[in-house]
Amino acid sequence: MAVSNGNSVMSKGNFGEVRLEGVTKIYEKEGVSHPVLQDCMLHIPKGKLTVLMGPSGCGKTVLVNLIAGYERPTSGRVLIDDTGVAGPGPDRLVVFQETALFPWMTVYSNVVFGCSVQGTPKKAIKEKAELILKKVGLYEFRDKYPSQLSGGMQRRAELARAMINDPKIMILDEPFRGLDAMTRQLMQEFYVGLFEEVGRTNLFITHEIDEAIFLADRLIIMTYQPGRVKAEIEIDLPRPREFHLLASPRFMEIREQAIDLLYEEAAKAFSSGSKAAYDLVGALVAQKGACKPTCTPR
Amino acid sequence: MTTHDKIEGAISIRKVTKIYDPEGARVMAMKDCSFEMGAGEFTIIVGPSGCGKTTLLNAIAGFDTITSGEILLDGDTISSSLKQIKPNVDRMVVFQNGALFPWKTVIENITYGPVVQDRMKKSAAAELAKGMLHQVGLGEIGDKYPEELSSGVQRRVEILRALINQPKVVMLDEPFRGLDAVAKTVMHEFLMEVFCASPRTMFFITHDLDEAIFLGHKVVIMTTRPAQVKKIVPVALPWPREHHIMNSREYLELKQEVLEAVHEEAKKAFEAGERELA
Repeated sequence: MAVSNGNSVMSKGNFGEVRLEGVTKIYEKEGVSHPVLQDCMLHIPKGKLTVLMGPSGCGKTVLVNLIAGYERPTSGRVLIDDTGVAGPGPDRLVVFQETALFPWMTVYSNVVFGCSVQGTPKKAIKEKAELILKKVGLYEFRDKYPSQLSGGMQRRAELARAMINDPKIMILDEPFRGLDAMTRQLMQEFYVGLFEEVGRTNLFITHEIDEAIFLADRLIIMTYQPGRVKAEIEIDLPRPREFHLLASPRFMEIREQAIDLLYEEAAKAFSSGSKAAYDLVGALVAQKGACKPTCTPR
Repeated sequence: MTTHDKIEGAISIRKVTKIYDPEGARVMAMKDCSFEMGAGEFTIIVGPSGCGKTTLLNAIAGFDTITSGEILLDGDTISSSLKQIKPNVDRMVVFQNGALFPWKTVIENITYGPVVQDRMKKSAAAELAKGMLHQVGLGEIGDKYPEELSSGVQRRVEILRALINQPKVVMLDEPFRGLDAVAKTVMHEFLMEVFCASPRTMFFITHDLDEAIFLGHKVVIMTTRPAQVKKIVPVALPWPREHHIMNSREYLELKQEVLEAVHEEAKKAFEAGERELA
């Protein structure tokens, strides 16, 4: 359970929930239709951290675009708190993979940019921004430019910039991609701490299985083309999450279960000719007994 | 590949210090770093980014010099402040993705080294390469070009390209970086198989602690720069290993131990980095 305490920077309680009801998204290319999502049913509950995983090409990014309102479904409905999504809105904020900070603005100006253009009073912005900058450990660095920061700091500035708007839903599309493994681990701990404090509705997309399990309340695994929900795993690891959990029996158990599910989807991707899934050829051959297997993922 | 009667390739790293001095900046990458790798031992190196792991690999491979200390291979000095033995096929480095010749087939890539160096006849090398590919379930890909293969298969070909030279020491610098958990599982299976078929000294750098414990005879944890050995964790799990050992109590205890030490150093490195920027 996400615990909130009295020192929280952000207002609490005004969190959203997302529902996808029978969502299909079809792209037309040279007269051929490609269903990217088909009949996708998905529930992202209020105040929880939901993590989405799936093989490349399962429609994760399309799903983000639909919830953010950048795209419309071909059929079916995307609902935020029972209201259909008509377009982008300040209630949903997306933190993207690559840093999207304005390089010509200081950290402070980047963080307050959204609020300023929306006309929030200057004094209120300043107070809130300073609190959030302290929270993400960038207060000392508020007058620096993004290029003067490390990768981990840039990602924290991104988080601060999203959080200051108090979105009902935060969508993070592989936000820690490109960081080295150690910084990534530290960023995960940092991010999960923020989440546990505020308890906002978070949708987090990742390729990293350990990251997924470490962060999630619920882990959703998507099928390979067309994308729909293959499995949902309740992650019942205790909160607050801290790094020791990575070596706990329950963590490893969930990890094995998730790898099995992902393996099934990767195998499907392989048989449909995806080059990325060609990596599995060794395992498939081994399973057929063409060479002596020492171990197989399943 | 046949098993050697006597496995060679013991490496001694003795009080190795390396100072880079670009424009008088004097960056100390390694300081008095010492440890041993037994012949045929699978040694894993973990540590914070930029701690000097690759510096050590370059020194063993003969790509770079050291400032003081000594590195020995089977008792002979291969690197010290006084001498530096050049890179040789007895110490092979498997590079990160992308070092295959795109205009050559898989077989031509694997056999390129021994053939141009006149250590093997072209036809004999090709036969050997075919056998190696077949043994690891990749018998079909010999005539394909690298771009036709996924990155995971390319990486396996790169490892075979090193192994055809029968090196005493194989060095790998985060060879599976960027692969997902499923693809990594396949790679571990592959490496376990080639290692068991022909054990040799392995020097393997990674950030993935599961990979480290699953593959290693021992895990050497390095400190934040300058690199020193923080801790050596022996991994006494039976060989060949299967992935379900990851659920065993022994495994989890080892992981806890490694995790703790690595996390401490990562934090130190991170905080030092922030101080530098402030």
